[in-house]
Amino acid sequence: MATAHQPPSTAPHHTAAGAADTAALESAFDAAVAADERIEPRDWMPDAYRSTLVRQMAQHAHSEIIGMQPEANWITRAPSLRRKAILMAKVQDEAGHGLYLYSAAETLGASRDDLLDKLHSGRQKYSSIFNYPTLTWADVGAIGWLVDGAAITNQVPLCRCSYGPYARAMVRVCKEESFHQRQGYELLLALSRGTPAQHAMAQDAVDRWWWPSLMMFGPPDAESSHSEQSMTWKIKRHSNDELRQRFVDICVPQAESLGLTLPDPDLRWNEERGHHDFGAIDWTEFWSVLKGNGPCNEQRITQRRRAHEEGAWVREAAAAYATKNSERKEATA
Amino acid sequence: MSSSTEWPLWEVFVRSRRGLSHTHAGSLHAPDAEMALRNARDLYTRRNEGVSIWVVPSAEITASSPDEKDSFFEPAGDKPYRHPTFYDIPEGVKHL
Repeated sequence: MATAHQPPSTAPHHTAAGAADTAALESAFDAAVAADERIEPRDWMPDAYRSTLVRQMAQHAHSEIIGMQPEANWITRAPSLRRKAILMAKVQDEAGHGLYLYSAAETLGASRDDLLDKLHSGRQKYSSIFNYPTLTWADVGAIGWLVDGAAITNQVPLCRCSYGPYARAMVRVCKEESFHQRQGYELLLALSRGTPAQHAMAQDAVDRWWWPSLMMFGPPDAESSHSEQSMTWKIKRHSNDELRQRFVDICVPQAESLGLTLPDPDLRWNEERGHHDFGAIDWTEFWSVLKGNGPCNEQRITQRRRAHEEGAWVREAAAAYATKNSERKEATA
Repeated sequence: MSSSTEWPLWEVFVRSRRGLSHTHAGSLHAPDAEMALRNARDLYTRRNEGVSIWVVPSAEITASSPDEKDSFFEPAGDKPYRHPTFYDIPEGVKHL
């Protein structure tokens, strides 16, 4: 007997019979992945598959909850009640997405407290994009259009990821992200068609968010350390460069409809390739932000830690209340 | 940050509309059943996805083991006569 979440005991590796068993389990796993079947929590899986997924889902979950900060920055200063209600709903969604993903990671035996601990101590990362500041109201629009747009491009293929709980979480996330992107686009459109100052504000936000958004797809294929194995395992379905190209091709006509330009003099249609060519990405900046030297790294993690510490008494009080109630129930039973 | 206060895990089942069964939506942490229900509402029904929610402590669920997959479900494997398609019925026979 076992519970739904309890990971199976690992197969014995040490005996000769154990090694033969492991080989059989491994080939059953490979066959399931090759046949596009989903791997479920209690199936046997290679240790490296498990640890890759925990790392990726944790990083994804961390990104969702850290991503609440740059946008929450504007809730109290939203220009209308309509925009304020939309922004609050969006930030609440990001919290929800984080929770879906933490739950999915827990199906592989990770503990929530441990994952948060790793985020707070810098042992696990979150997406670098959230280390950039939101300087004006237009940034809320640029984040919705570009950052959420890039996230969707990344996440749609993850709905077919080989690990069942991750794929199911992504289906839910993708449905909700679509509102995020559209509200951002609508916000930018309103500014773009507004006064010259509003138009300039929208253009400035797009100028600042464009390149970091392209970096969200990760390093070029040649330098991406985890890509190849993840493709074989069908955790990942497309390469970083392929998804980046798809995103650029989607954005160019959308920018035209907005009446805004993208800050890349080398951006042009390539008839031969059937894609847009675009300029070189500044990977030095990417690696530097990733290493902790972005404009807001310190602020994001400090605020996250503070929120966690200041919420401790609430978590403890709720746990104490639950214990008291269950003891009372037992006493009267 | 101490694990002594980590809230237990709950599985959430949502009935999307009347006439349908509750379906597993995901899981969450909560100190007790009442808070689990409230958290489930905020987490899994932000867009009218449900009219009813069940929460069950994850530790209370007993699951069949994937290792038993073959032998456990084997009894049903060799009984095709349990399916209507097993039977040959002449063309033109109606309501059968």
